[in-house]
Formats: sequence, structure tokens, C-alpha cells
Amino acid sequence: MTARPEAERALWTENKPSRGWFQGLDVRELLRYRELVLFFAVKELKVRYKQTLFGVGWALIQPLAAMAIFSVVFGSFAGLPSDGLPYEVFVFAGVGLWLYFSNAIRIASESLVEDASLVTKVYFPRMLAPAGAVLPGLVDLAISLVVVAVLMALFGVAPGAALLLLPVWIGATVLIALGAGLWLSALNVLYRDIRSIVPFLLQVWLFASPVVFPSSLIDDSPEKQLYALNPLVGVLDGFRWSLLDAPPPGAEDLLSLASGVLLLVTGLAYFRHAERQFADQI
Amino acid sequence: MAAAIVTEGLGKRYRLGERGDAYGTLRSALSGAMRRRHSREQLWALRDVDLVVEQGEVVGVIGRNGAGKTTLLKLITRITEPTTGVARMRGRVGALLEVGTGFHFELTGRENVFFNGAVLGMSRAEIERRFDEIVEFAGVGRFLDTPLKRYSAGMYLRLAFSVAAHLEPDIVIVDEVLAVGDAEFRHRCTQRMAELQREQRTILLVSHDLAALQNLCARSILLDRGRVRADGPTEEVVRLYLSEVAEGSAAVLEGRAGQPVELRGVQLTDAAGRPSPAPRRDDPLVIRLDVEVRERMPDLDLSVTLLDERGVRLLNDALSDNREAPGIGHPGSYRVSLTLEPLLAAGRYTLGVWLGTATDDYFRGEVLSFELLPAARDREHPFDRPRLADPPLTWDVAPLGERVAL
Repeated sequence: MTARPEAERALWTENKPSRGWFQGLDVRELLRYRELVLFFAVKELKVRYKQTLFGVGWALIQPLAAMAIFSVVFGSFAGLPSDGLPYEVFVFAGVGLWLYFSNAIRIASESLVEDASLVTKVYFPRMLAPAGAVLPGLVDLAISLVVVAVLMALFGVAPGAALLLLPVWIGATVLIALGAGLWLSALNVLYRDIRSIVPFLLQVWLFASPVVFPSSLIDDSPEKQLYALNPLVGVLDGFRWSLLDAPPPGAEDLLSLASGVLLLVTGLAYFRHAERQFADQI
Repeated sequence: MAAAIVTEGLGKRYRLGERGDAYGTLRSALSGAMRRRHSREQLWALRDVDLVVEQGEVVGVIGRNGAGKTTLLKLITRITEPTTGVARMRGRVGALLEVGTGFHFELTGRENVFFNGAVLGMSRAEIERRFDEIVEFAGVGRFLDTPLKRYSAGMYLRLAFSVAAHLEPDIVIVDEVLAVGDAEFRHRCTQRMAELQREQRTILLVSHDLAALQNLCARSILLDRGRVRADGPTEEVVRLYLSEVAEGSAAVLEGRAGQPVELRGVQLTDAAGRPSPAPRRDDPLVIRLDVEVRERMPDLDLSVTLLDERGVRLLNDALSDNREAPGIGHPGSYRVSLTLEPLLAAGRYTLGVWLGTATDDYFRGEVLSFELLPAARDREHPFDRPRLADPPLTWDVAPLGERVAL
């Protein structure tokens, strides 16, 4: 090939062996395919509610049922503290965000494996599939936020000025879910063990996160640093602070956010490393 | 002319067991990590491929099962990464390796058109602009808001193909899609290909339909065990390919492990079932196929093609064309026989077999070539008249009156 003019060169795409571990992100290509993220998300939403009796009602039933159970078991029987808030309101806010997170991860981890022909028969930037999978849950989250507002009115809980930061916590949760989703979806292509691990992982993750208890419960225990490594701790504390005017996040929440960033960065790196084998291995 | 596809030293190596094998488990990965350094058996699916395809060229890719055709397409479409070399493509690449990729049976026709279009690389605006055309072409207008699971196989195929046909890529990659569907559908496919060709798009086409390739492509590439065996005018490449199909009256085939269906062997016999190494054109010829079916597949079908030396399909008959014959949809071993009454002229023929369903190919390829010898009485004729068919015909001459010689 002879040298090509610059304008023309832009039109060429290349496929050659990738070298090294870190592939970087082809941002230009991701932008070119950006619509596909939404298509993945919309498809997931549509498929979920086809031929269901309650349809979107499930977005209400799931968190309400969880709240009822948790309120009875952890609020009444176990008598867990709730930072001075009514336990129902406290736990519902946590459950709403948690259900978003756990559903996003479940769907994302299956996003590539679910339809292998998407990987073996067409080309698209592979990370768009898990990225699309963490979005539809936002609809359910929005619905449960409405319910939180109703509960707050009923129990007389008012938000503070930190309410303005609410989108930040939700955005951070999406990115953490994306980080975990990238890891799990890529691993799932290579090792189907992931399928069995995810439910177990989520169960452990639920009780390692301040969903049914407040972070203040662990304040004085020596495991505090370990606890703060969980990226969900920061966003859950921040989420309740913004929404319910709970105590503001502490220093350990910074550690939690940092580990969230780490999860996302390593997720991107691992995904880019693993994706070259997807079509051959799926 | 500018190049549209350039490959340099392109190669793809699979570790045996990676392909076709069940997916990995953590345990095998952990134990494999120890052994990985000591190389496992490896297979070059494609090796040292240097190609230049000019813009607007239509190039056919020919080769036996496992010759590397699909691997080549997957490298050019960037579905998988090469082990060596590089493939460069200019402009948008649209691939049609399967119809209906990403289709979801719970979604309606309309919803599927949008998602499938997006997966194939169309923007939302593009799909909206061409939506009516797509629906019209597929002829499923009334069922647009019906879930796909209520579609017939034919409707499904038409809709899927219609979306793909309305892509407007600079480079079109097609794998064997022309082979599925009914006659009208195939006709539309061919028509659309010709249209794309007129629009100066670059087309790379894998097909076992050698005659169609000769109509569509001026140039073809023959792949053999991962390497380019020949590259030139389609007619010559087809001739070379057919001349290399195993000669003889029987072929034993090694199927891929884990396939739900396998073609085990092919044999030419006479009417009594005896192997017929040197069949004559005036003897009935029986084509016997041994098939092993491992899973229940109600719509499993099988077809036999007979090609002449130029790749023209003289016969193309499917088991399902014959309503009396029992199917092969239940698990078990089958011996399928097709009897050919004397029809063909003496000459060299290649036998092709296809085994599959409306949506999946399990086997497709030329399995053996053979010489059909002249009939005993033919030797009396001094001339060899060119002809395709030579069935028993009846001539009759009836004198209508005698002309009196003066």
C-alpha cells in the first residue's frame, strides 16, 4: 500500500493481533455505535415485560415485598438501628438502590452469553451489551423513588439540601454496576461457572452493604476498613444522606468510592483484554 | 481503482478444543493454565492470506468444509482477531453471516427490525427512513405488531433478510445466506446482490452454489486448509476445485464432534446395492448416504446435487421434495438412497450433499466426483455430441409416401 491522503485514511479500519494487556478504549468507535446501547437497553425492557400479568407492576412489587420482609425480620425481630429514621423508610431507600444494582449485574453478566450469535455473527463494540444491560433498571429505580417519596411523606421524613447530589450517587451506582457487569459478562463468556457464582455473590454483597443496617453500626469495629472496600458502601450512604437527610458519608466512604473507581477501571481493562477471545470461546 | 479490502499475511490459529468444544469451566482453565506453555495441539484455520480486493469487485470464496472460508469472513468483519497479519477494510463493512442475528421471539416484527438493524450497524434514522421499504420487501405488513414467535419460518426468514438487504455498507460480506429459503426468496437475494453490484459496492461471497458464483463473481478465491490455493477467474477456479474433489465411488467423512447430525459416508451403488466403481450412463445409479442423527429435529432435511464440470447444478433434490419418503427427524442411524434413472450424458460429475434445517447447515459440500461411462452401445457412434442429458429417447420415422425417382 502506498501512502494515503489523511482524509481517506480515516475511512480504513484494521483488524490485527492486539499486543500487550492494556488495549485502551476506542472512544471514536464507541461514539459511532452509541445508539446501540439504547437499543440493547430498550430491548431488555421490552422483553422483560412481554407476556407478564403485572407488567411494570413488578417494579413496585419486588421492592415492596423486600421492604416488608426486611422491616419485620431486621427492623422488628432483630431490632437493627436505622440512624434515627423510621426503619421502613430507611430500608426501602436502600432496597431500591440495591435492587437496581443486583438486577443490573444479573442482566449484564448474561448479556453476552444469552445470545451467542450476537458475538459470533456480527461485529459491534462488545462492551455495549453489558453497558446496555445496566440501563433498563433505572426505570424501576425511578418508580421506587416515587414510592420512597410517598413513604417519606407518610412518615414525615424530609430531605435536606444534599438532595441536589442525588444524581451523583445514582450515576456512581450505575458506573459501579457497569464495572462489575464488565467483569462478570466477560468472565461468563470464558467460564460458565459465573452463572452459578452470581446469585451467591449477590447474596454476600447484600449483607456486606448497608442495605438493612446503617454504616454507623460498624463504626467502632476493627473491620471498618475492610467493610469500606465495598464500593456500594459509599453510594448507599450518600444516597440515604441525599434522600433522607441521614448522617453524611464519612472518611471511609472515600475509600469505598475509590474502590468503585478501581472496579470500573479494571473491569474496562479486563473486558478489553478478554474480548478478543469472545467469538472463539463463546 | 482503489483497494477496498487488503489482507497481509493474515492467519488465525485455534487451539484444538477451543472451537466446537463446550465452553470452558474454571477448573479446566486452572488446570489448563499449567499446561498452556507446553503447546496443545494447534490448528491454523487460515494462514498467510494476502488478498487485495478492489472497490466494486465481487469476489467468490470457495472451499471445502473447514477450508477457512468462514474464518476469513470473520476476520474481515472484525468478529474475531487474527493471530498473525492484518486485514484492512475501507468504509463500512456490512456482514450477513446469518439472517436474523439478535432477533428475539418475544418481540414484535417492528421491534425486531429496529434492533436487528441496529446490530447490523444501521442508525435509528436510517432504519426509520427505510422502514416501509423493509416491511414491503418482506411482505409481512399485517403482522408487524405480532410477536415473532407467531411467525412462520418463511415469514421470519423474509423479514430477517429484508433488514439485511437494506443495509448500505461499502463492503458486503455474505456467507451462504443465499442457500436458505424458498425459490422466490433466493431469487430476491440474487436480485439484491446484482443491485449492490451495480451500486459499485465491494462484495465478498461465500457459497457452495458454484453456478451462482459464476453468474455473480468474475473472480473467485479457492481456499484449501487455510491457504489460498487459487485466485482468478471464477470459471477456472471452480474447475480446479471440482477437479480436486475426491475421486471414486465412496467417501467416508469425518464429522465434527458434538454435531447433532453427521453425514458418515456416501456411496455409489447399482440398483442391487453393489458398489459401483464404474457406473455406465444407461444403468440406474443409486446414491447412498449414511446419516447419524443424535437429536430430534423434525425439520431436518437432506439434499443431493449433481454438478457438471463447470459447476452447473444438473440435479438438486431434497428428501422433503418426495412426500412418500419417511423423514429423518428422529435420533438414529439412517441409510438414505436416491435412485437416478438413466438420464445424464457420459462425463465427469461431482456429487454434493447438504444436511440441515431451514436455519442451520450441518453439512454442505461436494463429497465425491466420478466418471459416468458411456453405455455399451455408445461405442458404435463415431462422434461424441456435446450434451448435458442423454436419457433413453425414442426416435421414429414414418414414411409418408414414396417419392418416385424419375
